[in-house]
Amino acid sequence: MTETTTAPDRRAEPRETPDRRRHARDLFVEFRDVNKAYGNKQVLRGADLKVYRGEVLVILGGSGSGKSVTLRHMLGLEAPDSGRVIVEDEDITDHPEEELYRVRKKFGMLFQSGALFDSMNVFENVAFPLREHAEMSEEEIARAVKEKLGLVNLPNTENLMPVDLSGGMRKRVGLARSIVLDPKMILYDEPTTGLDPITSQKINELIIDLQSKLNVTSVVVTHDIQSAFSVGDRIAFLNKGVFEWIGSMEQARDADHPVLREFFKASAVTAAQPTR
Amino acid sequence: MTSILQTDTAPKPASPTLIERGNAIVDRLKQHAEEAFYYLGGVADLATQTIQQFIRGPIDRGVVIAQFDQIGVRSISIVAITSLFIGMVLALQTAYSLADFGGALLIGKVVSLSLIRELAPVLMALMVGGRVGAGIAAELGTMKVTEQIDALRALATNPVRKLVVPRVLATTIMMPLLTLLACFIGILGGLVIAVGSLHLSSNFYIRSVIETVKYNDLASGVGKTFFFGFTIGLIACYNGLSTTGGADGVGRSTTATVVTASITVLILDFFLTKVFLFIF
Repeated sequence: MTETTTAPDRRAEPRETPDRRRHARDLFVEFRDVNKAYGNKQVLRGADLKVYRGEVLVILGGSGSGKSVTLRHMLGLEAPDSGRVIVEDEDITDHPEEELYRVRKKFGMLFQSGALFDSMNVFENVAFPLREHAEMSEEEIARAVKEKLGLVNLPNTENLMPVDLSGGMRKRVGLARSIVLDPKMILYDEPTTGLDPITSQKINELIIDLQSKLNVTSVVVTHDIQSAFSVGDRIAFLNKGVFEWIGSMEQARDADHPVLREFFKASAVTAAQPTR
Repeated sequence: MTSILQTDTAPKPASPTLIERGNAIVDRLKQHAEEAFYYLGGVADLATQTIQQFIRGPIDRGVVIAQFDQIGVRSISIVAITSLFIGMVLALQTAYSLADFGGALLIGKVVSLSLIRELAPVLMALMVGGRVGAGIAAELGTMKVTEQIDALRALATNPVRKLVVPRVLATTIMMPLLTLLACFIGILGGLVIAVGSLHLSSNFYIRSVIETVKYNDLASGVGKTFFFGFTIGLIACYNGLSTTGGADGVGRSTTATVVTASITVLILDFFLTKVFLFIF
């Protein structure tokens, strides 16, 4: 069975690879016919998606296609207008906010801007989830913070304030904060957007590194093709609120989906353009 | 003739336009009313959540103390300057306007009663509300547009418990304390004018104040400020947390907070005064 787009909605399921079979029973997150609108703007239109345990799924799509909204639904930060969101066999669609806090502890999320707390320094930012949810002494917290900052290659930055950090550093501190409670799944919202190519590459390496060290499931939202191919196991292509193509990275290269091909082509042209 | 009648009864192009205009105005009024009810509902919902979270706890003491400092201690200078000059102006105006009735002798009574029952609570709520309300709305609004509020929720932390409860608690507790301070400094301002300008003895002025002010005056005046503080904190937090649209949105939330909090304080003052007059 090959992964292709299918009429009429051109959605596709992952190919039956050994990996796919291995994960077949290990569904972590599932979207069933999710619809979401903000005012008159329909963002998700019957989105169907499956994220399997242990994989890195890249959600690819243009600006305004609903990528970040998809991530927010996984965390329960947004509730769908219709459809279901399932996390580890638990339907979280109608959960009240208090109930969602338990579910959210399974996730770590890296926000596009890092979303560091301005009033706290790097140490306090990374220590925040531990102080809120873990019964640990200050010594244990300090040890855990140091370890996570080491994992994101930011040692000895504990006393810096967010305003003193570069864009890449903010994202890495945000990443350290999101993994400090050892989540099962990490959600990356545009991890390389706004960064220079070298820093972007470092962030990509960091995602791959964390994937192997922490043995987590990851969902990376991006429109950066280089980043997608660097870190992903599978691609879900989101166009106008629908996952129009889902498949492995190898299949993606030969995909005959016209908009996806256009996307790859435009990205390749942009990447090849010399800057003046 | 028939044709004239037909022409007269035929719909004129202006009539539908007027109806359309009327409909548009009704629609707009409906929309404003809906928005107002939505806003009131949102503030009421936040008030319920705030009380629930306060009871459920735990409340971070460090954050609450920091808010006491930010909202209370740092407002002392504005309170002191405002109330000192209000007391002085009140003394001068009383002496001038009641000159024919021996106004100078009434200064202690008028200054103390006006300040304690009405002026200090309302003016402090307007002054401090403007300063503190704008600050809270700008801070929470910036946190909202930079995804920090979402980050809190993603880290399984309730933003109402973490951000709203300490701020509302601080405004509710600090407002009466600041009002008491304003009353004291205002009366002191009156004393300065009474002694310096009108050549009354300080003993006479102080005795006049002590004999005039009763327990129920203080309870009525300061009692109102608990409600003012709670309302200001709540409106500021609600506007901050519902900010959208970047820096522009933060600006709009800040302005809306000052306007809404000021109007609410003035309206609330009328009803609370009626209630307190009934009680005491």
